[in-house]
Amino acid sequence: MSNAPLTNETVHRVSFLDKASLHIPILRILQADGTTYENAVLPVIDKTLAEKIFDTCVFTRVLDERMLGAQRQGRISFYMTCTGEEASIVGSTAALDKDDVILAQYREHASLRYRGFSTEQFMNQMFSNEKDLGKGRQMPIHYGSRELNYQTISSPLATQIPQATGVAYGMKLQGKRNVAICYFGEGAASEGDFHAGLNMAAVLKAPVIFFCRNNGYAISTPTEEQFAGNGIASRGVGYGMHTIRVDGNDMLAVLAATQQARAHAIEHNAPVLIEAMTYRLGAHSSSDDPSGYRSKEEEAKWQQHDPVKRFKLWMINKGWTSEADEAKLFERYREEVLAAVKVAEKLPIPKLDEIIEDVLDKPTPALRKQLKELKEHINKYPKAYPKSAGRL
Amino acid sequence: MAQMNMLHAINEALSIAMKADERMVIFGEDVGHFGGVFRATSGLQEQFGRDRCFNTPLTEQGIAGFANGLASYGMTAVAEIQFADYIFPAFDQIVNESAKFRYRSGNQFDVGGLTFRTPYGGGIAGGHYHSQSPEAYFTQTPGLKVVIPRNPEQAKGLLLAAIRDPNPVIFFEPKRLYRASVGEVPAGDYQIELGKAQVVKQGRDITVLAWGAQMEIVEKACERAEKEGISCEIIDLRTLAPWDVETVAKSVTKTGRLLINHEAPLTGGFAGEIAATIQQECFLSLESPISRVCGLDTPYPLIHEKEYMPDELKTFEAIKATVAF
Repeated sequence: MSNAPLTNETVHRVSFLDKASLHIPILRILQADGTTYENAVLPVIDKTLAEKIFDTCVFTRVLDERMLGAQRQGRISFYMTCTGEEASIVGSTAALDKDDVILAQYREHASLRYRGFSTEQFMNQMFSNEKDLGKGRQMPIHYGSRELNYQTISSPLATQIPQATGVAYGMKLQGKRNVAICYFGEGAASEGDFHAGLNMAAVLKAPVIFFCRNNGYAISTPTEEQFAGNGIASRGVGYGMHTIRVDGNDMLAVLAATQQARAHAIEHNAPVLIEAMTYRLGAHSSSDDPSGYRSKEEEAKWQQHDPVKRFKLWMINKGWTSEADEAKLFERYREEVLAAVKVAEKLPIPKLDEIIEDVLDKPTPALRKQLKELKEHINKYPKAYPKSAGRL
Repeated sequence: MAQMNMLHAINEALSIAMKADERMVIFGEDVGHFGGVFRATSGLQEQFGRDRCFNTPLTEQGIAGFANGLASYGMTAVAEIQFADYIFPAFDQIVNESAKFRYRSGNQFDVGGLTFRTPYGGGIAGGHYHSQSPEAYFTQTPGLKVVIPRNPEQAKGLLLAAIRDPNPVIFFEPKRLYRASVGEVPAGDYQIELGKAQVVKQGRDITVLAWGAQMEIVEKACERAEKEGISCEIIDLRTLAPWDVETVAKSVTKTGRLLINHEAPLTGGFAGEIAATIQQECFLSLESPISRVCGLDTPYPLIHEKEYMPDELKTFEAIKATVAF
């Protein structure tokens, strides 16, 4: 059974394949004016689902706008927006079941919101206060929620990719009819973990959706300096998995592709790769300045492909929302976010005792000793450790 | 009790654990039908099926990442890294992911069901890349347990404990002893508690501490020393992270002297950590400087393997020098 390719068709003169040999079309359903293409096959979507998607997008826009502002004011240390990529993120998450596990990179908080993460929970994480589910241990935006099946973010890129394969293999063995979805950028796809994770998923037959947000840049590095092949999609075919390229700013195209990817993954215990072509309208992070590597004209061009606007126009055409409804929603979330900031930033940080918890399932004697010595030291110099000194 | 070698004992432990835990999965390069390059997983695929014992593609980082994902979903993942020398592509997944999974999520997620098994150590003419002892790279990472057995009986009990421990464990197997170490192994299911050192021989004049394959080396060195009237207390550390300070400190308080032996290079080796802690704990009881007999600070050499190793004679000389200090 090894070396099956030896049974290939043979030729008798040299003839190379190149990246154009693989024809990869792009799925597009929604037009810029919010109408759908003639003959387009729409995803399964009703008014309730559309409203939830739209609500999530508006919330995320508000959160990104306000929290980037809060970072600029020095209230939080760091922030990342997902502006411009909402259709890729929300459209894909909306195709999933709540028991499907999400392994995100870091720019997918819209997905977590879609699952039900509250405004207060977002704030508690960003302000590292005592109510943060992550106990104040990670930088802002490294969210996680067991309850919502959203695995905690880790900064190293692409590590979640082979992990998603493992999660999906576990689902298969446990007889669940679920999938894992793994988000990553086209830059992360250069990491070894990408290759490892996709290849293992295909070989071991794991029901996982690999969702690549090809947003044009890895911090400052443009795609032409990231890879020379036919995008990320060409690789999926190489690994032997179902693959599709979609317009990542087209909510209906992303939703349709992910709904069908999910069905295929479960039906065949097989991975699927989705490459969503999109654009990061904001900076990489609050520490980044895109004017150093791309033009205002380019950004302006992509502003015209705003995914939330395109989806809104579709909803207006359907009579499911209006400009006035949208304005009200923005207003409501601006107030809600601002109020939540004011509460969260006043809460104390987690107690110092938590610093030694969860390293292992139980703190070791050595760790307990280190904590005791630390507390004695802080008691000696309380002014140098103002956040902890008063509450040892 | 049956006589068996270490591979047989490991195979038995894996089989017992698989039988008791239907969520347990074993995987790695060549571990499937072939049973692994050392045959530690022989017969397991036949016994438990291809879904639960299988080959992976040749990717250590993938194996480790996959293992993290499986364990995070409530599975018991036992991953084999074919040689400890090849664990480094998986270093990021182990150090940044396995070790921090629980901490970074505030205990919402963990990979406690994960165990890495990997053969380590020299003495088999394996040169640079089939001989290393990389344990100290992992002992500096909070969130991991590191375990190394010395004989078949210990290997079986410690491996069963490692697989069931609610934390990620790296289980280094002394490959030189796989077939060479033969001994009585209790039948059935038993566990040896992690984090506990074992005093394998009582003595008065010096504490000699080692783990894994070096245990039989220091035992022979101590036999020589005994003939010269030096009474040695021998300790097998067994778990390096977290390590049993209490047992070692108690022994050194009694003997007043400590020698630590490991195969890994001297500089940055785990002996340095032990020496620093013990001089802190036992300063007023020490009658001589703590001695380290370790590998040289060279890559593991092929033809000079014998010269490189912290062998019986080097250990014997160091025992005498420490006692005579």
